[in-house]
Amino acid sequence: MKYTYYPGCSVSATANLYQESIDSVLPGLGIELEELDDWNCCGATAYMSVRELLSFAISARNLALAEKYHRDMVTPCSACYLVLNKTNRYCEEYPDIRKKVGQALEAGGLNYSGNIKVRHLLDVVVNDVEKEKIAGTVKKDLSALKVAPYYGCQIVRPEIGLDDPDDPQIMDELIRSVGATCVDYSMKTKCCGASLMGTDEKKALHLCKEILADAERNEAHCIITVCPLCQMNLDIYQSKVNSLFGTKFRIPVIYFTQLIGLAQGKSMKELGLGRLGVKISGEMKKIIEGA
Amino acid sequence: MLEKEVVYEATLDHDFLDEIYSLPGGKEVKRCIQCGTCSGSCPQGAVMDHAPRKIFSLIRAGFRNEVLGSNTIWFCSSCYSCAVRCPKEIKITDVMYALKRLAIKEGKVTEGRKSAVLSRNFIKMVNKYGRNHETELMTRYIIEADLLNAFNFAPVGLKLFSNGRLPILPHKMKNVDQLRKIIRKVDEMEGI
Ligand code: SF4
Ligand code: SF4
Repeated sequence: MKYTYYPGCSVSATANLYQESIDSVLPGLGIELEELDDWNCCGATAYMSVRELLSFAISARNLALAEKYHRDMVTPCSACYLVLNKTNRYCEEYPDIRKKVGQALEAGGLNYSGNIKVRHLLDVVVNDVEKEKIAGTVKKDLSALKVAPYYGCQIVRPEIGLDDPDDPQIMDELIRSVGATCVDYSMKTKCCGASLMGTDEKKALHLCKEILADAERNEAHCIITVCPLCQMNLDIYQSKVNSLFGTKFRIPVIYFTQLIGLAQGKSMKELGLGRLGVKISGEMKKIIEGA
Repeated sequence: MLEKEVVYEATLDHDFLDEIYSLPGGKEVKRCIQCGTCSGSCPQGAVMDHAPRKIFSLIRAGFRNEVLGSNTIWFCSSCYSCAVRCPKEIKITDVMYALKRLAIKEGKVTEGRKSAVLSRNFIKMVNKYGRNHETELMTRYIIEADLLNAFNFAPVGLKLFSNGRLPILPHKMKNVDQLRKIIRKVDEMEGI
C-alpha cells in the first residue's frame, strides 16, 4: 500500500526518534510512504489563532501538491492531522473561505479541487493492515509489559474523530495485537497542555502530572503516544513535573511505532529509543531484554 | 474579572454579538442552552477567569471587554473536549480561536500575551523557511516574551540537545517563493 507522506516540521527535529522508528517499522507492515515533495508547514495552532485564512491557505498548498498523486495523504503528527483536515472541512463548508483559498493558491500557480483525504498514521496502521499481519511480525513476548495508550486530544475529536472521543479503543487493540498488555486508565484522552507548555508552563505541567499519575496508579511500565507534542510534554518535561510536584515518575513515553518495533525485536538504537528524555530502564528493560 | 457592581445595559456592547455571529461557526452561539457541559469538560476551567459556559453568556449579554480581555481565550489549549460534548454542537474551540484573533486585532491581549508572541514568531519562521525551525522559534520566543524564564527553560533545551533532538540548522523548503506568493495574496485580500 502506497501513501503520500506529510511528515510535518517536528519529525525532523524534536520528534526525530518518531521518524526513525517509522522508517524502521513500516516497510515490514507493507506500508510504503512517499514524501510529499517540497511540503510546507501545515499552519498549526499557533498560526490559526492569529491568521485563520492564512493558515488555511498555506495548509491548502500541501493538499494541492498532493493532488498530483491519487492516493491518501498520511501524517504522523496529530496537530498536522487536525489542521489539514480542518482546512478540507472549512473549504467545503464555507464557500467564502473556499474562494479566497482558491485565489491565494492561484497566485502561486496552484489549484486544489478538494479531493485529498488526510489520514493519521495510526489509522493506516490499525485499519489498513490486517491484525494477523502485524501479529505475524512479532518476535518477542511482551505479555508482561503493561502499556498505557495515550491518545491525546486531537485525533479523536469532532468531525475527524478516528474513534470514540471519550473511550477510544484503536490503540488498545494495537497494543494487544503486538502481544503486550493494555492498561485501562481514565486519562487517555485528557489534554497534555499542548503549546501552553511554552506559554504557561505550570498549568501544562499540572495536566501532565495528572496523566502520568493515572498511568502510574494503574501500574503502566510505559505510555505510548501518537503525537510529537504530547511526547515532548510527557517525556522531556517529566523531570520538571517531578521537581514541581515532588513526584518520582520515571515513565518512558514512546511512540506507538517504537512499541511495534520493540515487539519485532528491533534494537533500541534503530528505533531511536536512545533519544528519550526518560530512558527505558528497570523492569521495562528487563522485560524487553528477557523476552 | 467581572466587577461585582451592577452593569447597566447602556454600557454593554450590542454589536458584539452580531460580530460573533458573522464569524465562521459563530452563528451557533445562539443555540447555547447554558448547560455547563463545556465548563465541566474543560481541563483549564479551574484557572480561567470565566469557564466556557460563562463566556457564552457574556458574549450574548454584550460584555465585550470582559470576554476579549479575559485569560480564558488564551488558556484554551484547543483540546476540543468541550466541542465534542456540547449537546447543541457548538464549535466552541473554533469560537475561542475567533476570539483570540479579535482580541489581537483590538489590542486587548493581556495575560495571555505570551501566546500571542509565540504565534507571531511562529509565523515569522514559516515565512522565512516555509517550515518551523523549532530551535530558532524557542530562542526568539524566549528573548521576546520570557527572558526572565530563560534560566528555567535551559534544562529542557539541554535535554533535547543532548539527545540530538534540537538541530542547529533549519530544514528549508525549496520553493519558498511560491509559498510567499500565496502568503502575499492573502495579505492583500485582508488588507495587510
Ligand atoms: S456545552 Fe454547549 S450548550 Fe452547553 S453551555 Fe457549553 S456551549 Fe452552551
Ligand atoms: S477546547 Fe479550550 S475551551 Fe474547550 S475544553 Fe479544551 S481548553 Fe477548554
